[in-house]
Amino acid sequence: MSDVPLHRRTLAELAAGLARRDFSSVELTRHLLARLEAAQPHLNAMVSITAESALAAAAQADGVTAAGKAGPLTGLPIVHKDIFCTAGVRTTCGSRMLENFVSPYDATVVARLKAAGTVMLGKSNMDEFAMGSSNETSYFGPVRNPWDKALVPGGSSGGSAAVVAARLAPAATATDTGGSIRQPAALTGITGLKPTYGRVSRYGMIAFASSLDQAGVIAASAEDCALLLTAMAGFDPRDSTSVDAPVPDYAAALAAPARGLRIGIVREFFDKGLDADNEREVRAALAVYESLGATIEEVSLPNVGLSVPTYYVVAPAECSSNLARFDGVRFGYRCEQPKDLLDLYQRSRGEGFGAEVKRRIMTGTYVLSAGYYDAYYLKAQRVRQLISADFARAFERVDMLMGPTTPTPAFALGAKTADPVTMYLNDIYTIGANLAGLPAVSIPCGFVRGLPVGLQIVGPHFAEAKLLAAAHALQRETDWHRRVPAEFA
Amino acid sequence: MSLNRSDIENIARLARLSLKEEEVAGYVQTLGNILEMVGQLDRADTAGVDPMAHPLAGQTQRLRADEVTETDRHALYQENAPRVEGGYYIVPRVIE
Repeated sequence: MSDVPLHRRTLAELAAGLARRDFSSVELTRHLLARLEAAQPHLNAMVSITAESALAAAAQADGVTAAGKAGPLTGLPIVHKDIFCTAGVRTTCGSRMLENFVSPYDATVVARLKAAGTVMLGKSNMDEFAMGSSNETSYFGPVRNPWDKALVPGGSSGGSAAVVAARLAPAATATDTGGSIRQPAALTGITGLKPTYGRVSRYGMIAFASSLDQAGVIAASAEDCALLLTAMAGFDPRDSTSVDAPVPDYAAALAAPARGLRIGIVREFFDKGLDADNEREVRAALAVYESLGATIEEVSLPNVGLSVPTYYVVAPAECSSNLARFDGVRFGYRCEQPKDLLDLYQRSRGEGFGAEVKRRIMTGTYVLSAGYYDAYYLKAQRVRQLISADFARAFERVDMLMGPTTPTPAFALGAKTADPVTMYLNDIYTIGANLAGLPAVSIPCGFVRGLPVGLQIVGPHFAEAKLLAAAHALQRETDWHRRVPAEFA
Repeated sequence: MSLNRSDIENIARLARLSLKEEEVAGYVQTLGNILEMVGQLDRADTAGVDPMAHPLAGQTQRLRADEVTETDRHALYQENAPRVEGGYYIVPRVIE
């Protein structure tokens, strides 16, 4: 272990090294800050790198360790997606609207991970207000994929994914409204977990679509996701949709064997849009599960093909409502020389929001407007019920569902920006879990033309421990999750 | 579903978004494409299906006791405001 560079180690390995005093948190933090700074001109994965406060937090963590009071995460450096409010630190959500917003408080996720002793290295770049699947909508410029810098890393958590894929940090927080954790994890060859709706607090997480948004984690392995989720999850009275249910020790549950698992293969996810090479890698991973003693059967989700149209009613509707708070008065961007109050609102919002955010706000405004509400919004919420019922029916027969996370590996920057609908279809396999509030994980399961491919595992509500154990079972048998782009090795 | 320029201008007005002249044509096209895609929902038979109100069946919004839980952080919050004077948010004159 001592000859493995610090940045190639998992959270669990780093925690063991810190406990043995092989290195200090300050040394580890310095090493990763240098890597983040060096990679920034090439990947643009960060909006802010908070070196000074990171080193102070690391020194404090070393003190805690010296006093014999270290917990499992004490002194471990992580990155927060710039959607999470961080007290005293700029929180932009990837938008000009919040370019200079300094949050007055910590998001619950940030506060819990801070209390657990983690060291924040900075804030990661993202699609503006988490609206995008390629990280090209960020006001701070696109993030590039560490496997090939001409390609997108996926989105909206593209910065968090790129940081972990390039081993600039061992783990990062992220959020997932329609696939924003799983899709970038798949396109960059790392592990990403979207928990059950309500499992992790949304307090201080800038809202996009409140019935779909959920915070989660991106890391190199399922084991590391388990460590972080254990610290992040749990009831929070400050989030009215937070679920009051006990949090298991997810890391302790990883050892559950794959033998006897009933795995459902979603017929509709192996459709004509799926790249044949992607399919081959996903099926090879399924064969590994069979060899471990799992049984595999085909299931059908007859309405899941309507996930994308359902989502593009529900999510924009909720976004148009949530983003009404950006009025140029209380916080955020204000236009120059407003001639009256209406002009202040309209130009502050017109200039402060980017093109995709305005598109979603307008789509949402339209589907909620008088005369259209029933035809669009209520209809979509009825179809959402059907999609959710399809999943519930499948889980009567199987423990979890597996399939591809995305139809293709990473695509080129600019390839899908001209037609939003083409971009939206990239999330065709991930959106269903958000509509139904289900937990889902994406893990690397192979390579196509030198690019990573993701396997998605979806489970019933609150089945995170089972999903992580299943992911861990594959990661014990394969080394896809240990592959690192040559430039960042 | 096709939209025209005046539809887009009307939606933008409802959403309190100023659009530049050259942005309007793009939104006519892309919102039209999105609504056409959304039109697939008409295929689903939803007769007798209740609209889904919450991703977790049976969950409702929780109420808390009506107690003061926050301290006054007025000054701190106003540090993010574009313009304040004497503790007030300043906007263009509303009443002539």
